[in-house]
Amino acid sequence: MSEYLVQFNNISKFFGKVIALKDVTMKLKKGEIMCLLGDNGAGKSTLIKTLAGVHKPDEGEIIFEDQKIVFDSPRDALDIGIGTVYQDLALVSLMSVTRNFFMGREPQKGLPFFKTFDIEKANTIAAERMGQIGIDVRDPSQAVGTMSGGERQCLAISRAIYFGAKVLVLDEPTSALGVHQASMVLKYIVKAASQGLAVILITHNVHHAYPVGNSFTVLNRGKSMGTFQKKDISREKLLSMMAGGEELDKLEVELKEMDRIENN
Amino acid sequence: MSVKSESIQSKKDSGQDERLKKISPLRVLLNRPELGALGGSILVFIFFGIVAGDTGMFSAYGTLNFLDVSANLGIIAIAAAMLMIGGEFDLSIGSMIGFAGICIAIPAIYWGWPLWTSIIFAFAMAVLIGYFNGIMVVKTGLPSFIVTLAMLFILRGATLAITRLITGRTQVPGLRVLIEDDPIAWLFATDTFQWLFTWLGSMKLIALRTDGTPLATGIPPSVIWFIALTLFATWILMKTRYGNWIFASGGDKVGATNVGVPVGKVKISLFIGTAVASTIFACIQVLDAGSADTMRGTLKELEAIAAAVVGGCLLTGGYGSAIGAALGAIIFGTVSMGIFYTDVDTDWFKVFLGAMMLIAVVFNNYIRKKVTETK
Repeated sequence: MSEYLVQFNNISKFFGKVIALKDVTMKLKKGEIMCLLGDNGAGKSTLIKTLAGVHKPDEGEIIFEDQKIVFDSPRDALDIGIGTVYQDLALVSLMSVTRNFFMGREPQKGLPFFKTFDIEKANTIAAERMGQIGIDVRDPSQAVGTMSGGERQCLAISRAIYFGAKVLVLDEPTSALGVHQASMVLKYIVKAASQGLAVILITHNVHHAYPVGNSFTVLNRGKSMGTFQKKDISREKLLSMMAGGEELDKLEVELKEMDRIENN
Repeated sequence: MSVKSESIQSKKDSGQDERLKKISPLRVLLNRPELGALGGSILVFIFFGIVAGDTGMFSAYGTLNFLDVSANLGIIAIAAAMLMIGGEFDLSIGSMIGFAGICIAIPAIYWGWPLWTSIIFAFAMAVLIGYFNGIMVVKTGLPSFIVTLAMLFILRGATLAITRLITGRTQVPGLRVLIEDDPIAWLFATDTFQWLFTWLGSMKLIALRTDGTPLATGIPPSVIWFIALTLFATWILMKTRYGNWIFASGGDKVGATNVGVPVGKVKISLFIGTAVASTIFACIQVLDAGSADTMRGTLKELEAIAAAVVGGCLLTGGYGSAIGAALGAIIFGTVSMGIFYTDVDTDWFKVFLGAMMLIAVVFNNYIRKKVTETK
């Protein structure tokens, strides 16, 4: 048994002539949070969809618990325990917390052909799970639309964990959130990892990623710029590697130049 | 449900969170989609109680009359509501009613089929057409509005063309004699609780004809179907996994797909549902009238959608209830019949229908904002 829970080796994905991903390698241990950093267009979305089983990689292999795996559908990825929380969260705001939590996987009771959705059980589990992460679900039959952005994010993560995710893939979980809400979500992510999950945190926000990540993979124009342990890299170095760095330096120079001209 | 939420409430009250507040029963009621329709129907009954209370509208005969009209509309409104909750429309309901009518009448009258086989044939055609509507919408991704609008014309045209081709006319009469002893037709053609009405008549509690039989002979089959479908649809929506999938498919198609809800299958089954409900409607009306008419059901799709909207269904899907649609149908049925008992010209009915729908949409929109707003 290798020390890694899941390995993505040399993953490539092409769309016609476009090389969306080239030789991206990521390895995760249990309890590890790997942050996948990259600017817009770096190939983050393609990579997520490949991890989630939406796209099939054109090259490379996925090894999960020492077994080579081929995903034919998102369902396959879910079944072996790769739980993906997309940016849109797959939550229906008009539906209740409970109905969202169990959407697609409702517990049932009763005789065949007369099976009913076991709402009481579902309510209890949903309230309990949300309670564990410190979210006050006033009433599990309240609509998800009444929850804050951070609470919704936590609900979606909590749902993925409840349904057996061993690897959590989180797509920009903090991008739409304020500082307070973001820190609530990040805290929850750390807690989930400490319980033995491997987390892939996709973000373009180094300030959110750096405090919680154990390792960092930087993606730029479809290629991996390498994976770094936290002790080996600083926040500033990461930022400049995300292509943003050079350009921000350039921007700074240009702004100074403009300033100088104006003052003259 | 409320008991459950209370127990969680009290468990948490003893805890540390001070942000909790008791949810008043009124607030719970406000979050129900059928609230508007409930209020509306109460108002309608109060209004006619005052205006037409002494005119015979609320006699046994009068009541059954407006209940019959409401129930007929309700049968299709409930199916339309479920489809709307699932995020789609069916504009071919009315044409399907006409088409199902001739599917029953032509084989039975012109081809000599036993009536029950032609009824089964009509339902089989309904399943096929509903499936076709569904698969077209799901596979092409086109708005159901367009797909079923096309089906509205296709079915109505086919109904007219086929009927004229085979019979040379636009009506197919002569079904009444076939109903007796048919193993299936009684499901759509028998008044129930006749003994009760006979008894009430013999006690002189309800109006009698000159020959001594009661004017109202029993509960019409439409009402029984209406009640059964309301209960069945409510059970599905509130109590089953499939019900949750209907809400999810209409609320957020992409999200539902991502968590494993078979959105396509759910939608196709709902389109089959509206076509089958149209056929139930057609069976009841055709067997009651004893004839099929190519124009039967015209504009019924819009009345069904209006009843569903008044009943609290959102046009955007994901929200609504079967009981609401049933109440919406009762409002329309009661007003359309009740207006005869008042001094108001019946021409005003459509004005009322439109105004009612407009008010309902504005109200629903407000409710949706209330439900989804972040606190």
